[in-house]
Amino acid sequence: MTKKNIEHIIELSNELRWQIGDDFHDNLTEGIYADAANIVKDSVHTEKGKKRFRLDSKIDKIVTSKTFGFPIMFLILGVVLWLTIIGANYPSSMLANLLLDTIHPALKSGASSIGMPWWLDGFLIDGVYLAVAWVIAVMLPPMAIFFPLFTLLEDFGYLPRVAFNLDNLFKKSGAHGKQALTMSMGFGCNAAGVVATRIIDSPRERLIAIITNNFSLCNGRWPTQILIATIFIGAVVPSSFSSVAALLSVIGIAVLGMAFMFLTSWALSKTVLKGEVSTFNLELPPYRPPRFWKTLYTSLIDRTLIVLWRAIVFAAPAGAVIWLISNIFIGDVSIAVWLIDSFDGFGWLLGLNGVILLAYIVAIPANEIVIPTILMLTVMATGISGGEGAGVMFELDSMDATADILKAGGWTLLTAINLMLFSLLHNPCSTTIYTIYKETKSTKWTVVASVLPVILGFIVTFLVAQIWRLF
Amino acid sequence: MDTKAVKSACETCAHFNAEGMKKLGINTENFDFVVALAGNPNTGKSTVFNALTGLRQHTGNWPGKTVTRAEGGFQYNEQKYKLVDLPGTYSLLSTSTDEEVARDFLLFGRPDVTVIVADANRLERNLNLVLQILEITDKAVLCLNLMDEAKRNNIVIDQRTLARDLGIPVVATSARYNEGVPELIQTISEVANGTIICKPHRIKNVPPNIEKAVKKLSAEIEKEFPGISNSRWIAFRLLEGDSQIIEALKTGELV
Repeated sequence: MTKKNIEHIIELSNELRWQIGDDFHDNLTEGIYADAANIVKDSVHTEKGKKRFRLDSKIDKIVTSKTFGFPIMFLILGVVLWLTIIGANYPSSMLANLLLDTIHPALKSGASSIGMPWWLDGFLIDGVYLAVAWVIAVMLPPMAIFFPLFTLLEDFGYLPRVAFNLDNLFKKSGAHGKQALTMSMGFGCNAAGVVATRIIDSPRERLIAIITNNFSLCNGRWPTQILIATIFIGAVVPSSFSSVAALLSVIGIAVLGMAFMFLTSWALSKTVLKGEVSTFNLELPPYRPPRFWKTLYTSLIDRTLIVLWRAIVFAAPAGAVIWLISNIFIGDVSIAVWLIDSFDGFGWLLGLNGVILLAYIVAIPANEIVIPTILMLTVMATGISGGEGAGVMFELDSMDATADILKAGGWTLLTAINLMLFSLLHNPCSTTIYTIYKETKSTKWTVVASVLPVILGFIVTFLVAQIWRLF
Repeated sequence: MDTKAVKSACETCAHFNAEGMKKLGINTENFDFVVALAGNPNTGKSTVFNALTGLRQHTGNWPGKTVTRAEGGFQYNEQKYKLVDLPGTYSLLSTSTDEEVARDFLLFGRPDVTVIVADANRLERNLNLVLQILEITDKAVLCLNLMDEAKRNNIVIDQRTLARDLGIPVVATSARYNEGVPELIQTISEVANGTIICKPHRIKNVPPNIEKAVKKLSAEIEKEFPGISNSRWIAFRLLEGDSQIIEALKTGELV
C-alpha cells in the first residue's frame, strides 16, 4: 500500500463529485427512504378494521396543553415531594434511633472498655462515625422514596413532555429545549445532570445547561429545605396547615431555582455565550407502563445506594474535619470558634451567621451534611450542652429539639429563609465541580459554574436581609 | 392452548439453551467476539443490553438516554461476547456527536456482529438507519423490538420477507419481558461463528449517474484494499467529501 494510490482514489472521488453535482446527499437520502418504503410495503401490514385507540395522544393532549400542562407539572412535583416528606419521617427517626441512640453509645462504651485514647475515640466515633450515621439516617429514607418515584415518571415517559412544555421558555432564554431533561436529572443529582448535558449537541447551549444545572435543587439539598421549612415556616401558620405551608415553601424554592435557571441562561446567552438557538427533534415516546417492582429495584440499587455511598465517602472525612477544628485550639479558642467569629460580620450582612458560612465551607464535599454541621457548630458556639463533647455531630430526636438549639443560636425566620435561599444558591458540591471540569475540560468554565451561584446567593440573601430589616 | 407443553417444547429447542447462557455483567475480559448494539433512539437498546448482560444500566423512556458507550459481556456456548451499547441515532450521515460515536465504532471498532435494534411500530423510519448500517457492515442481526406494543397496535410484520429483503436474520423481541432474547442470542452466535452468512441489502434507489460513480470509485477502492467489505459505503462518503474518512483512508485505519 503506497500513499500515491490513495491519493489517486481521492482525486478520482473529487473528480466524480464534480460530475454528479450538488444533489448527491439528497439523492442518497431519498434513495434510502425509497428502499425503506419498498421493504416495508412487502413485509409490514396493519390489520384493518381494528381502529387503534389512541390513548397516548389523548394523554398528550392533556399533559402538554397550554392550560393544564404547567398545573399538572407542579401538581406532580408537589405529590412527589409530599410523599417524600411524609413518607421519610418515620424511617428517618427509626434509623436515627438505631444508629445514634443505640449504636453510638455502644461504640463509645466499647471504646472506653478497651482503653482507647480520648482523641482517637473522639476522632473516629464522634467525628467519622456520627457524620456517616447522620447522612444515612437523614438521606436514605427521602432518597429511597424520591428516586423510585422519579424513575417511575421517567419510565412512564413523562420527562419528554416536560421538555415539550418548557421548550418555549428555554427558547426565549436562548437555551436548548433538551435542557429541560438535564434540569430534571439535576433534581436528583447535579453531577448526573451535568453528565446528561451530553445530549445537547451545540457547545454553546451545552455550556449554558452545565452552568445552570446547579439551580436544580439536588437531593442533597432537599432534606435541608424540608427540615428548615418544617421548623420555621411551618411554625408561622396554625399547626393544621404547617405541613402544607412547609411543602409550598419548598416547592417555592424549587420553582425559584428554575426561575434563576432561566434568568441565568438568558443572561449568559445575551452576553458571554451569544448565539442562535438550535432547532432539534424531540420524539414524544409512547407511554409505557413502568414495570413497578423492577423500577423500584433498579432505582434503589443504581441511584439510591450509589448516591448514598458517595455521600458516606464524603461525609466521613468531613466529620473528621469538624471534630478536628473543634478540638484543636489556637490560644484559648478552637479553630472552629475562631472561624465562626471571623465570618459572623459578613454572615450578618447576608442575614445568615458565621456558623452557617463555616458549615457550607466544611460541607463543600457533600451538601447533605450542612444541617448536622450547623447544629454541631451552633451548640459549640452558643455553649449549649447537648450532652456530648465539643465537635460531636449529633442527631436530635425531635424537630423541637433542633428548633430549640437553632433558636438559642440566635436564629430567626429571616435566618431560616436565607438559609433556604443560600442552600439553593451556592457553589455545587465537589463531585459536581469535578464533573463539570471533566465535561468542559476548561478551568475557566468550571470556575464560572462554581462561583456564579455563590455570588448570586450573596446578592440575593443580602438584598432579602436588608429589605427584611427595613420593616 | 396448553402453555405448559409449549414451555417445555421451548426449553428443548436449540434456541432456548438456558444452560449455555451466562451473563457476565461488566466482566469483558478475553472475549471472543465484539457485538455492537445500534439503533434509533428510544427503541429499547439499553433494555436489550441489560437483558443480554445482566447489567442494570439505567433505562429511561426518553430519547438520548445513553450518551456514552456502555460495555458489558455475556458468555454463550463457551464463547465470550463483549457487547457495546451505542448511543441511539436516526442516521449516520450527518455529524452530531452521537452519530460520530456510533459510526466510528461500527467503522473502526470492527464489531463481529452488529445488532440493530428497531422499533417494530415505526419500522419504515427505523429502516433508514438499518440500511445505512448495512452499507458499513455485512454481519448484522435485526432485532425487531417492542413487539408487544406492535401487537397492541395491530401491526403484523412478515419476518421472513423482511429478512430476505434485508439479507440479514430478523429476530422479534419484547426485551422488557425477555421475550425473544434467547433466540436473539442464538442468532448472534450463529452470525458470529459464520453459520449464518449475511447478504446485506445495498441501497438500490440511487440515480444512474451516482450509481455509476459509486461503482467506479468502489472498484478502485477494492483494487487498493482487496477484500474490503464496505467499499461502497466508503465511496459514498468520499463522494460526500467526508474529511474524516479521507483521513482514515490515508492513515490506513479503515483496512
